[in-house]
Amino acid sequence: MATIVGTIMTSHVPAIGGAIAKGRQSDPYWKPFFDGYPPVRAWLDRVKPDVAVAFFQDHGLNFFLDKLPTFAVGAAPEYPNADEGWGIPTLKPVKGDPALSWHIINTLVADEFDITMCQQMQIDHALSLPLALLWPGGGDWPIRVVPITMNHVQHPLPSPKRSWKLGESVGRAVQSWDSDARVLVLGTGGLSHQLDGERAGFINKPFDLMCMDALVNDPQKLTRYSALDLVREAGAQGTELMAWIAARGATPGRVTKVHSNYHVPISNTAAGLLVLQNEDAALPKAA
Amino acid sequence: MGAGKKDYGIPGTPIFDGDAAQKGYALNAMCYSFNSAENREAFKRDEDAYCAKFGLSPEQRAAIANRNVQQLIAAGGNIYYLAKFAGIFGLDVQDVGAQQTGMTKEAFKAKLVEAGR
Repeated sequence: MATIVGTIMTSHVPAIGGAIAKGRQSDPYWKPFFDGYPPVRAWLDRVKPDVAVAFFQDHGLNFFLDKLPTFAVGAAPEYPNADEGWGIPTLKPVKGDPALSWHIINTLVADEFDITMCQQMQIDHALSLPLALLWPGGGDWPIRVVPITMNHVQHPLPSPKRSWKLGESVGRAVQSWDSDARVLVLGTGGLSHQLDGERAGFINKPFDLMCMDALVNDPQKLTRYSALDLVREAGAQGTELMAWIAARGATPGRVTKVHSNYHVPISNTAAGLLVLQNEDAALPKAA
Repeated sequence: MGAGKKDYGIPGTPIFDGDAAQKGYALNAMCYSFNSAENREAFKRDEDAYCAKFGLSPEQRAAIANRNVQQLIAAGGNIYYLAKFAGIFGLDVQDVGAQQTGMTKEAFKAKLVEAGR
């Protein structure tokens, strides 16, 4: 059966793409953010994932309000990135893993999640930029992906509790997949930020740090919040935390924290990074 | 503040609910089209014709003409689509935040830095 090696949760602000394109990783503004990633890449070199199951929210690239799924699972052979309106260079398409996608879809529907199935899906900065942070250089991505999107554009949003259960079901699906693949779980977005309204620029550092701590050892604590509680505590767009909660729900085994980083601000956002290892997953044999 | 009818009790925070989504559909459809560079150019070439094509309400048309984020949100605009409209003018989310809070961009950025201390 497939093995879940661990989980990476990271922010995905569009401006990161501009900074990468302009080579600003060492600028004083950006350095505290980009310095968070080399230890993650060292960990990836050790655990060697083949495929990433990624929870994130689409920001109006792939989905519009005409048809907006609460949860959608990609089942495409390849996922293109595209122009989102800001002139950020488009990144290379990333390969899918349709066999795993359909296994996850079958499991989720059997678990009574009424998801949308997508054989075509464009990925926006919420997936392309985390990939660019984890595997920089602009070459071919050394990983396949299964994208799982969660609505946070239009209320009513799913709840943190439902997001957790979605993650649990995906985690069970991966572990029952007849494959020797090594699977990474990704959750992207957050942490606290707000773009709209007179409260634009709202950031809540104590809440973010509480969440990052809870996600390691007591994640279900976060399922007591409603979506509107998250708006209040983490800002209108801080609801992206639900992708982290889903990712944590998918992470099995005895979990230890490998690495974390937290830096305010990147653009309007409190940028978080958290890497968890499944201690019950064996490391790959040295080549 | 927001375009919805219900008060969610979170100060300074519009909630894009079903009422707002209905009110804002044409405006958001136009802003969604700005994912395409070709459409952004068409808007810049003839703003009136482009807005007419999407059937904007007079309130939405005026908010677009005024480049005013609060008016756009009151007219049903969703921030994720509005961000693509702002992108046409090279404005980022800090410009958008500064406009809504009545601050200079520098003061808005300083507020964000302060929030991290």
